[in-house]
Amino acid sequence: MAEVLVLVDHVDGEVKKVTLELLTAARRLGEPAAVWVGPGVEGAKDKLAEYGAAKVYVAADEELTSYVVAPKVELLAQLVADKSAAGVLVAATGEGKEIAGRLAVRLDSGVLTDVVDLADGFVGEHSIFGGAVIAHAKVKRGTPIVAVRPNSVAPEAAPAAAAEEQVSVTLSDAAKAARVVEKVVQEKGERPDLTEAAVVVSGGRGVGGADNFKVIEDLADSLGAAVGASRAATDAGWYPHQFQVGQTGKTVSPQLYIAVGISGAIQHRAGMQTSKTIVAINKDPEAPIFELVDFGVVGDLFQVAPQLTEEITKRK
Amino acid sequence: MNIVVCVKQVPDTESPRKLKSDDNTLDRAAADGVINELDEYAIEEALLLKEAHGGEVTVLTMGPDKATDSIRKALAMGADKAVHLVDDALAGSDALGTSYAIQQVLGRTGFDLVILGAESTDARTGMLAAMLAERLGVPQLSLANKVEIDGSSITVQRITDYGYDKVEASLPAVVSVVEKINEPRYPSFKGIMAAKKKPVEKLGVADAGIDADKVGLAGAATEVVDFADAPPREKGQIVTDEGDGGAKIAEFLASKKFV
Ligand SMILES: Cc1cc2nc3c(=O)[nH]c(=O)nc-3n(C[C@H](O)[C@H](O)[C@H](O)COP(=O)(O)OP(=O)(O)OC[C@H]3O[C@@H](n4cnc5c(N)ncnc54)[C@H](O)[C@@H]3O)c2cc1C
Ligand SMILES: Cc1cc2nc3c(=O)[nH]c(=O)nc-3n(C[C@H](O)[C@H](O)[C@H](O)COP(=O)(O)OP(=O)(O)OC[C@H]3O[C@@H](n4cnc5c(N)ncnc54)[C@H](O)[C@@H]3O)c2cc1C
Repeated sequence: MAEVLVLVDHVDGEVKKVTLELLTAARRLGEPAAVWVGPGVEGAKDKLAEYGAAKVYVAADEELTSYVVAPKVELLAQLVADKSAAGVLVAATGEGKEIAGRLAVRLDSGVLTDVVDLADGFVGEHSIFGGAVIAHAKVKRGTPIVAVRPNSVAPEAAPAAAAEEQVSVTLSDAAKAARVVEKVVQEKGERPDLTEAAVVVSGGRGVGGADNFKVIEDLADSLGAAVGASRAATDAGWYPHQFQVGQTGKTVSPQLYIAVGISGAIQHRAGMQTSKTIVAINKDPEAPIFELVDFGVVGDLFQVAPQLTEEITKRK
Repeated sequence: MNIVVCVKQVPDTESPRKLKSDDNTLDRAAADGVINELDEYAIEEALLLKEAHGGEVTVLTMGPDKATDSIRKALAMGADKAVHLVDDALAGSDALGTSYAIQQVLGRTGFDLVILGAESTDARTGMLAAMLAERLGVPQLSLANKVEIDGSSITVQRITDYGYDKVEASLPAVVSVVEKINEPRYPSFKGIMAAKKKPVEKLGVADAGIDADKVGLAGAATEVVDFADAPPREKGQIVTDEGDGGAKIAEFLASKKFV
């Protein structure tokens, strides 16, 4: 069976859930082979094995992470050629999509981005126009490259060998053209990752200030949820930008999304419309977010949200 | 400095967007066309850089005839001139074909800096800046919320999952911007009048040296096989808070086994 390369998404050696989803999808298409970039594979191998990686290609050289995107592309291009890979899967994050795009150019291969499902023959399902239309697309030329939206495929364990093979790549000068001189980590906290969380609680302009975001965080913590924010809230500096949900923020697709003090502008909806269950709290009965909800409460968030937190805590 | 801004005309997100049933491509005629939102930020950034460092701003658009409206708006904001790549042979291009076509046009205009939006609102592939950097062999400074230029060196803040990366490179380069970077200006009346006289060069596939086999629906490396409207969301329950709104949500969540 031909190998399907899966680029592992990890932060300092901690494997992101989307990788397990990619491995699961890869099994439908061929034999999953994980591609690891950077140090720290030791602590992650068991997890990759558990979810079906027959092989793990390890490019541990830290240089690969010192430049923007291109080194990972050169590594993947080399592996596709050496291993005659059937296809390449990456996570449809901002960077993942860029990797997919550059690799497509390099291999002159078709690329599908932001697919929500993937079937035999690399047929991808897209949820487009804010979830209004479902389209299926496939690759006509080259080695299929597919970026898969996190939280779309349910990860399933299927133990495999995870046989390790070290690989090295000699970077071209062009790959070293954009150098990362500093990585700035803004507060992370103990909450689950926004794009991977099963439950997301987001606050908007209605929250009214940075300190008030505690109301959102308390509710999120009672549910073990990630915290998100609308652009109005991130622009105002109440919450860091990497928690922005929407067109130009993160696309989230959790089991449960709770929008608090968010009107539901089209750009916000573009990032959360495929959530399975949607709940909103808003004092304006006309707010467009109510068009999407499974359950909505018209009311003051400072009354409703703390009460909800308390009720949830009581039920535990 | 020779700055080229890539501007895409997209269907207004407020109007219904659909695909055409004959070839499964976007129905661009059916909806009002507007400048892709993030491209207004790209234009603004180009104008700010020109104001600070001198030079010229060229708008580059690939799209049907009606994209002229969007080009005029970009010129009214203050861009100096435009190149409009328009040819029926381009219809149905995928991202690979689009990036190739734009590369060919950039070969004619030349550039010190190419600025794009990070993502379009219609296709949302978010790949074009990276693809262009790969094709042109120049640094990729994408997802930027801050751009600084000093002589021939350029520094950006690239937004990431954990915060941001500070990235350095030398010009020429490709930049893509997110909406945190600036606040786009509105065209002034004077700008609108001036725009009418600014040069817009129309190019066909042959003029730009584009191999027609590599673009359009036939040249695409991807193919949409089918599409359908998603089943509409079932109408949810909406209640007004009477002092028990939080408790009601808790009950709903319990009924769905979330708590
Ligand atoms: C290029 C571009 C990109 C964008 N990208 C994004 C994006 O990625 N994500 C995003 O979110 N937006 C994005 N936007 C912005 C978007 O258009 C909206 O401006 C934004 O989503 C509004 O945020 P909001 O709902 O929090 O604020 P508002 O629209 O001001 O809504 C606040 C809501 O809170 C309610 N409220 C106020 N007080 C209370 C209270 N005490 N209790 C209960 N409810 C209350 C109000 O009734 C109102 O409905 C983008 C815009 C552009 C132009
Ligand atoms: C719903 C839908 C889904 C699609 N999915 C795929 C897919 O999975 N794979 C694929 O290969 N193609 C796909 N396409 C085709 C793709 O939209 C086009 O190739 C498009 O021209 C480039 O992609 P984009 O708009 O997503 O670019 P993005 O990378 O999202 O746009 C970034 C920036 O590129 C610039 N830009 C983009 N297009 C132009 C243009 N025509 N002229 C000038 N500047 C421009 C703008 O500055 C824009 O802000 C899809 C199209 C649709 C309608």
